[in-house]
Amino acid sequence: MLTTLTFYTLAFLILVFAALVVTARNTVYSILFLVGDFLAVALLYAAMNSMFVAAIQVLVYAGGIVVLYLFVVMLVNLKRPAEEAIAPQRHNLLGWLLSAAVLGELVFLGVYNAFRSAAGPNLGPAGGTVGFVENVGVALYADYLIPFELASMLLLVAMVGAIILARREL
Amino acid sequence: MVDQIVIPLLKILITLNATLVAVTFMVLLERKVIAWVQNRLGPMRVGPHGMLQPIADVIKLMTKEDITPVKADRYVFTLAPFLALIPALIVFAVIPFGPEVSLFGRRVVLQITDLNVGLLYIVSVASIGVYGIILAGWASNSKFPLLASLRASAQLISYEVAVTMALVSMVVSAGTLSMAGIINAQFEQGVWYAFVQPLAFFIFFVGGLAETNRAPFDLAEAEQELTGGFHTEYSGMRFALFFLAEYANMIVVSAVATTLFLGGWLRPFPNVEFLGFLGFIPGWCWFLAKTFVFLYVFLWVRATLPRYRYDQLMRLGWKVLIPLAIANVVVSGILKVLL
Repeated sequence: MLTTLTFYTLAFLILVFAALVVTARNTVYSILFLVGDFLAVALLYAAMNSMFVAAIQVLVYAGGIVVLYLFVVMLVNLKRPAEEAIAPQRHNLLGWLLSAAVLGELVFLGVYNAFRSAAGPNLGPAGGTVGFVENVGVALYADYLIPFELASMLLLVAMVGAIILARREL
Repeated sequence: MVDQIVIPLLKILITLNATLVAVTFMVLLERKVIAWVQNRLGPMRVGPHGMLQPIADVIKLMTKEDITPVKADRYVFTLAPFLALIPALIVFAVIPFGPEVSLFGRRVVLQITDLNVGLLYIVSVASIGVYGIILAGWASNSKFPLLASLRASAQLISYEVAVTMALVSMVVSAGTLSMAGIINAQFEQGVWYAFVQPLAFFIFFVGGLAETNRAPFDLAEAEQELTGGFHTEYSGMRFALFFLAEYANMIVVSAVATTLFLGGWLRPFPNVEFLGFLGFIPGWCWFLAKTFVFLYVFLWVRATLPRYRYDQLMRLGWKVLIPLAIANVVVSGILKVLL
């Protein structure tokens, strides 16, 4: 009962914050709502007893990446009012296609989960150890070592690319 | 019922109040210590030797007019002081103040909660604290606070990397992220981690000075250049919240350093039998004494060292501390596997 209530409260908060992120006119407000959203997601992880993932969510997203967003916005944002969209028709088709694809994916997942047996990936009752550091470590460095290393190589390449783009005279 | 709700609430209440009282007296101690270093007397008028100065300060701050500049962003301007103070206070949730004691026939652990990722919780909550500073500078809509908050947040982000890396090598030695577990590991290995990981200890302390914006890294409050810092436009109680946050952060850094590197509430040489007579002093007294030593060093450093220049600060962070911290992680890992 309490678990269900917590879940729906947090889910509601996450959706409200997400809606506010895209509707806020002031970019700094939008970033603040994004922080709220990430914190609510972290609480959701914590409610599922995955303390490690919750802490990493706060550390990496709320405390790291969004701070850099805020930095960029503060330095670039000169308090101009938001410009009206110039050509509302321009990206219409692409936008509709992408939205339809995401909606289709969500519907598919919902239907798929509804018809599957209840024994899905169990995120663990209170007192479980699924989200503990050891288990995450074993999953990353033993079970899924190659995908993990590939992803880290991809990030490294992206980082080097960003540096080269930023400093052409290297 | 009592164990689930009453005791945790009491622990939270006591910890919060103790922290806030400690903060107000920290301000007095700072003024006194700096005065002694400079061969002055410091505050002497309110109470004997100025002992009641904090109370006078609190009354002054609470009765002062609380101004919001006309051009400021009202909502963010009000929100920022709270965003600065709350992370500094909730960190105390995982700090162990002492071993299990029995109070009125109940076994009580002197720690609000022992998260199994306690250290990670501290690092992540500390990383949220930067929002208060950035937003205060931005919302003031004034150039000096904006410059100061940019400096402060750049400094926080840079030193966070080195500090986190130093903590990683400490965790390699301890083998756990739980704060109580780290103290137990120090008890079992019979040594304070300040001696096992001296480099990590040093980096943590220097990074702690920088992350709390204290001298010699107090560029964000360089009053000669910036009139005051990111809180220039604040007055009254909202200014006091920033002040509280800064001093609470100093206490946090000291308490965390005590727990991780000086054995927390353990007495000195916990494994040596003939020093057992030291055990009559309760654990929380040892904890407070060690924390106080750190706080004193904070003030001592402020009173004796001149301020760094901004480029020196950045060079120290990125070119000295971070490479040292990464090398320390590698060496600790190799030693851990070999030994």
